[in-house]
Amino acid sequence: MQIEYPTTVSDAVDVLASWPDATLLSGGTDLMVEVNYRHRRLDQVVALRRIAELAEMDSAWIGAGVTHARLERSPWQGLAEAARTVGSPQIRSVGTIGGNLGTASPAGDTFPFLAAVDAAIVLRSASGVRTLPWDEFFTGPKQNARRPGELIAGVQLPEAVPARQAFAKVGRRSAMVIAIVSACVTRNEDGDVTVALGAVGPTVLRARQAEAMINAERRLTDTMLDEFQRLVADEVQPIDDIRASAAYRRHASGVLARRLLERVW
Amino acid sequence: MKLNINGHETVVEVRGDENLLWVLREELHLKGAKDACLQGECGSCTVLMDGEPVCSCLVLAADAEGAEIVTVEGIGTPDEPHPIQQSLVDHGAAQCGFCTPGIVVSAYHLLETHPSPSEADVREALAGNICRCTGYGAIIRAIGDV
Ligand SMILES: Cc1cc2nc3c(=O)[nH]c(=O)nc-3n(C[C@H](O)[C@H](O)[C@H](O)COP(=O)(O)OP(=O)(O)OC[C@H]3O[C@@H](n4cnc5c(N)ncnc54)[C@H](O)[C@@H]3O)c2cc1C
Repeated sequence: MQIEYPTTVSDAVDVLASWPDATLLSGGTDLMVEVNYRHRRLDQVVALRRIAELAEMDSAWIGAGVTHARLERSPWQGLAEAARTVGSPQIRSVGTIGGNLGTASPAGDTFPFLAAVDAAIVLRSASGVRTLPWDEFFTGPKQNARRPGELIAGVQLPEAVPARQAFAKVGRRSAMVIAIVSACVTRNEDGDVTVALGAVGPTVLRARQAEAMINAERRLTDTMLDEFQRLVADEVQPIDDIRASAAYRRHASGVLARRLLERVW
Repeated sequence: MKLNINGHETVVEVRGDENLLWVLREELHLKGAKDACLQGECGSCTVLMDGEPVCSCLVLAADAEGAEIVTVEGIGTPDEPHPIQQSLVDHGAAQCGFCTPGIVVSAYHLLETHPSPSEADVREALAGNICRCTGYGAIIRAIGDV
């Protein structure tokens, strides 16, 4: 195994230019499970932990190297609440948003927030920068649009992130669980609502019809809430798996989105 | 490669994709951190890396170069147990003892960052440490009483 320890993004992308298929290593909390179980072999590794630039965070930027532990204390409630539910202290201390995006699990806990606020993923390579809206970045379960030679530099947030945000996740206990359903609902100053759900489709998704309905009505009556819940449950595309049935996921999606809507109203 | 373990620089040989836990146990004969799930679920291999709790099974050993690693052996010894270890003994909080080293490291980090934690803080700090004997009550009381 060969390993490089670049300390700047430009050095890292130079290494990647000569090793386009190298494995990128951030916190290792996804990657090392695969290595330990011999599902993945490491030939060329680019270790990113020493790149201070990747750990930068400001009002509209989250570097790929920002850990869940730091996101827990970030100013975005919908993201902070999500980060707090990731794994355990041992996972949050080193697991990063860049690694979460690199894995692109349908259940990645940071994604409902990213989709709800229309974040973009920024990729860097020796030949330049590509900025992809979240729905172009995620291409399928555990698949993303990163190309060989590229690394995820971070997440670009829109200038105005809706002030009101809430996140919740359904699982079998309150710690150390992969989401059965996760959701983030936001509401901006004009009263516009967005709803994103994770673990109920091949990638994180937005419930656009439910959004359109509530944004047209702009009232929160019991009838509206029932309709919102129904539309969300209708729009998700869950599957049956070891953690839950599709029917349960569909039901839980509607309930979760409804509760979060009440919270941000 | 060089590793800084419990304040000492140590030279170890790694072939490639070994995790830090393997190096601690097999090369350095530090058997406190336990080899169990190898997927970050059980917490029995917890060590501190640059002051933060991590599952040593999920750290690529080669990526630990330059980091300060503290294992349970660096926290207390049988002759001079750390107050956390003494409190676990006093409360009879070790049953089979397999999870205890990881719990000691997690509790050590908690008390370094929150000197007087609430019970909820203790439970949260131990969310990633599984005790299959299910002796959580005594463990949580022991840490609360340090
Ligand atoms: C016990 C346990 C519990 C977990 N619980 C949760 C949970 O509740 N919610 C959740 O969402 N996840 C969970 N995870 C999964 C994991 O912790 C997260 O996905 C985490 O964010 C991964 O980040 P990392 O830095 O450790 O990634 P790594 O393991 O270092 O990398 C993951 C993948 O991304 C690639 N990668 C890393 N950095 C970059 C980069 N900058 N550019 C391009 N590719 C990159 C790697 O090559 C690899 O394919 C859990 C994992 C474990 C072991």
